[in-house]
Amino acid sequence: MSTPTLTRSEQVAAGTRIAGTPTDDRVRLRRLGPGRRVPGGILLGPVLLLAGWVVGSATGLLDERTLSAPWTVLETARELWADGRLQDGLVTSATRAALGLGLGVAVGLVLAVVAGLFRLGEAVIDGPVQVKRSIPSLALIPLLILWFGIGEEMKVCTIALGVLVPIYIHTHHGLRGIDSRYAELAETIGLGRLAFLRQVVVPGALPGFLLGLRFAVTSALLALVVVEQVNATSGIGYMITLASSYGQTDVIVVGLVVYAVLGLAADGAVRLIGRKALTWRRTLES
Amino acid sequence: MRPAVEVEALHRSFNRTGGVLHGLDLRIGAGEFVALIGRSGSGKSTLLRALAGLDRGVDGHGRVRVPAKVSMVFQDSRLLPWKRVLDNVVLGLDGRDARERGRRALAEVGLAGREKAWPHQLSGGEAQRAALARSLVRDPELLLADEPFGALDALTRLNMHTLLRELCERHRPAVLLVTHDVDEAIVLADRVIVLDDGVVQSDVRVELGSRRDPADAGFAALRRRLLGALGVDVDEDGLVHDPDPDDLAHDRPDRSRGTDRKTDRTTGRTTGREGA
Ligand SMILES: Nc1ncnc2c1ncn2[C@@H]1O[C@H](COP(=O)(O)OP(=O)(O)O)[C@@H](O)[C@H]1O
Ligand SMILES: [Mg+2]
Repeated sequence: MSTPTLTRSEQVAAGTRIAGTPTDDRVRLRRLGPGRRVPGGILLGPVLLLAGWVVGSATGLLDERTLSAPWTVLETARELWADGRLQDGLVTSATRAALGLGLGVAVGLVLAVVAGLFRLGEAVIDGPVQVKRSIPSLALIPLLILWFGIGEEMKVCTIALGVLVPIYIHTHHGLRGIDSRYAELAETIGLGRLAFLRQVVVPGALPGFLLGLRFAVTSALLALVVVEQVNATSGIGYMITLASSYGQTDVIVVGLVVYAVLGLAADGAVRLIGRKALTWRRTLES
Repeated sequence: MRPAVEVEALHRSFNRTGGVLHGLDLRIGAGEFVALIGRSGSGKSTLLRALAGLDRGVDGHGRVRVPAKVSMVFQDSRLLPWKRVLDNVVLGLDGRDARERGRRALAEVGLAGREKAWPHQLSGGEAQRAALARSLVRDPELLLADEPFGALDALTRLNMHTLLRELCERHRPAVLLVTHDVDEAIVLADRVIVLDDGVVQSDVRVELGSRRDPADAGFAALRRRLLGALGVDVDEDGLVHDPDPDDLAHDRPDRSRGTDRKTDRTTGRTTGREGA
């Protein structure tokens, strides 16, 4: 016991190289979890689809009457843009979707907050929303036409009804999931009701709300497409319906692409808001 | 001088389960550090919550007088995960100098430079320091702490003891600290009280001066006395007989070394149990 012996780890710490022991080259990736974010990864799938379409059309595998070639579609889009039909349709449709989304989010949010903060509110509100949830909003269109006519009110209401449900469900869930220990903390430090709402309730329910918003955006676009097909004299849907009766696949595809761009843009916006608003969360997403 | 905390004949019970506190009396002087021990389920948290005013809806009666400014530290740090550390510390404070005071409180607990960190980036000990800063920045006259170091490792806990003693000497709040660690109680407190059967069963002043070494004979004697009060029998060799499974002293028979044997099991016990 006269010579001090170092353990293996001490030797490594002292910088001693042991024969056969490489320096630290452990793989430092997180092995569970999806791994690192692929840069621009969200575009990969769409680009592949687009490539398939180009190749199919160029080789004649895709018939022009089944699906117009990308360049035909581009040309048609340019023409539609030139006579202003595309912009008009886009503005009309986007306005409808935005109005419906805004109205649905506002109503869904108010219902969720009332149901989340007051037991009586929950008793009154939760049942009807669950019932509404089991009736697709699109099934309500005939009734809404009787009530509001075939104008914009009917379309906006249909969209709002579809949006309201996911917003309510997820926000309510988020509110209920706030740890009651935070309420206790708020009491011991004497936080007022308003401050409690602002500092605890809103940020606590935000993840739920944002998830609901993503579903809501999808619902809004789905409802938009349907109401525009059912009865419209303007908008992208009207343009598509018209083209369908003339057999213009290129115009139809332009319409679909516009819908897709609307949907992607909206979803991207919500994701961006989410990532900015939830920096505190250490989840698998980041 | 009027005591900071006065509790008289405090009764508390949860939906007819027989009651947790049965006419408890307690006084804590201004600036006095009192440690509260008692077996698990004896009502320590119930008492603290009564003092913090967190027990609305719990059955009971009695008189409780506490100072205007009461702060509480929980076993978990209870930092809001969506607020940075400094924002957590100054939560609910207003006034232009609030953030500056928060910064100073963080520096006092050794967290200068971590103002912008998110709570999940802190270690358990650091989070608990931040929770202490959140309490101190409010200048409490009474600091309530419910097993604040219970979830920390032994080394971190020792550092926290030193910190808490320093902070309390500087700010001089009255303190009621719940702990399941008898040594912790002796190291920190001016007085140790043992809760059993819903009343203060023993009330022991710690007269060991400011340097408290668990190896001292006086320390060991006091430890044995408190363990006795908790119903843990310690013999001359310091071995524990028949420990209660979920009792407090289960993990430290080796620390109870010594010869002096004294039990203190009957002091202050009252048997009146009304209103189950
Ligand atoms: N919210 C509650 N509802 C019903 N019983 C409770 C509640 N809180 C505590 N109790 C009971 O009161 C007794 C004392 O609990 P507590 O004060 O937490 O004990 P301690 O903190 O000393 O371990 C226990 O028997 C526990 O089961
Ligand atoms: Mg407890």
